[in-house]
Amino acid sequence: MSVLIFTEHSEDSIKKSSLESISYGVALAAKLNTEAISLVIGNTNANLALLGEYGIKKVFHANHAGINLSDTRQLTNIICDEAIKQHADVIIFSNTITAKGIAPRVSVRLKSGLVTGVVGLPDLTNGFTVKKNVFSGKAFSEISIATEKKVLTLNPNCFEIHKTGGLAEVISIQTDVKESGIKVTSVNKIEGEIPLAEAEKVVSAGRGLKGPENWGMVEELAKLLGAATACSRPVSDSDWRPHHEHVGQTGLSIAPNLYIAIGISGAIQHLAGVNRSKTIVVINKDPEAPFFKAADYGIVGDAFEVVPKIISAIKELKNAG
Amino acid sequence: MKILVCISRTPDTTAKIAFTENNTKFATDGVQWIINPYDEWYALVRAIELKEKDPTITLHLITVGDSECDPIIRKALALGGDEAIRVNTANTDAYFISSQIAKIAKEGSYDLIMTGKETIDHNGSSIGPMIAELMDLPFVGLATKLDITSTSGSISREIEGGEEMLEVAFPFVISCQKGMAEARIPNMRGIMAARTKPLNVSEPIAADTLTNNIAFELPPAKSGVRLIPAETPELLVKILKEEAKVI
Repeated sequence: MSVLIFTEHSEDSIKKSSLESISYGVALAAKLNTEAISLVIGNTNANLALLGEYGIKKVFHANHAGINLSDTRQLTNIICDEAIKQHADVIIFSNTITAKGIAPRVSVRLKSGLVTGVVGLPDLTNGFTVKKNVFSGKAFSEISIATEKKVLTLNPNCFEIHKTGGLAEVISIQTDVKESGIKVTSVNKIEGEIPLAEAEKVVSAGRGLKGPENWGMVEELAKLLGAATACSRPVSDSDWRPHHEHVGQTGLSIAPNLYIAIGISGAIQHLAGVNRSKTIVVINKDPEAPFFKAADYGIVGDAFEVVPKIISAIKELKNAG
Repeated sequence: MKILVCISRTPDTTAKIAFTENNTKFATDGVQWIINPYDEWYALVRAIELKEKDPTITLHLITVGDSECDPIIRKALALGGDEAIRVNTANTDAYFISSQIAKIAKEGSYDLIMTGKETIDHNGSSIGPMIAELMDLPFVGLATKLDITSTSGSISREIEGGEEMLEVAFPFVISCQKGMAEARIPNMRGIMAARTKPLNVSEPIAADTLTNNIAFELPPAKSGVRLIPAETPELLVKILKEEAKVI
């Protein structure tokens, strides 16, 4: 028996969302009286033995020629092979772009029930039930998994990372992969930006900012806070900001610790994508803006006056601290 | 060239989310039903655009659900497409639904199977990759652009922290999101034409349900907003630092 955690990485480090999944998997393994193991695919400079600090005893690393990380079939083959070899009862992913393409395939291949976007540890008192977000963040659903093996994807920012100490044993594995039918012709990485889905802090702005030329202060505030930038749907529809910044029901659904909304009225569709944020700050000149009802803190005022003052207050705080 | 677009019926984005029967069922009273926006705006409209460029393309739509789905299928046909298939069964979990679609898709020998990136009710984002796995096909998720030749598709898709351009030979499954196409409104000619387009009802095959929805729950309500005077925004910074401890 084991709990297998598919662990994602960038070139130099393990992704924060994967460390959350590892902590989740280690906690679940303890509940199930079994061990948590990690599976890493592809080349990375990260020291995988250090995953032991998070409670992992063994890291299986597939890093051989012929692996195409954009090919969900290949990744599914590697994960399922190892899951079978290691007798994995639960396979855990972070609910990331990569995992969204693989976890459902793994579920089909192993005929194991899948729940995507889970927000907490399962309840094992009566079978295996787990809570997930539904209706784009407007509700939760309790799902029971009927099969012996289970596949879960954990939403980012839902589970705290725990460090326990120790080193993991890193074991190289080799799986036969079929030649990939997917050819990557080019990749554009946006350098320096914090990925929105994983961001702990997000500064977001809407039509109240009147035009794309006024985003300087949003970017400055985000940079000061180490936050990602986001926007409302009308802003991305008008091409003031790139599409990937659109949060809301038909954009990205996020759950950062801090969400600052500037000049966004708070339509129900927008709230659906952000209402899982732990602390919500709304800055809007309209006191009737529906967003205030969903906020923890609010300022009724002109963003062009308020935001620069917030920026200088944070600068002062940084200089003082 | 044959394209199959998978569509799902979901509550309107403004629908009030409430539950009945001891929080086990979604309260459908007064709810307007729509085509899942990702399926309609991105997958379906892009498929229609491809067919407008190349009228020899055959474009079929499929949904899994009971006859209550018929109005949204007619609306989809009013936007475009040649005919629709409805698998006549209550939709249960993603594995069951994908099994139904994969069976029809295999029989129809489609070159391209398109879905939205997820539905706005279950937020599972599972149907596309499950169909692909059941048919042993490549899957490309979160596509923002798709152009095709007679043998392959060139795709842009979102990846963590950027985008990736891919070439994939047919057949394959793709899930679509913003950027693919612009939302359209059906015109009168489309609506009239849709009335006579075939809507084939197909009976389901036996397939397992791997997961069950036990109960729903609404998130706890916020305790109320604390307003900070616009003259002293520095107070907000102090509160976020010292009380909320988020900066």
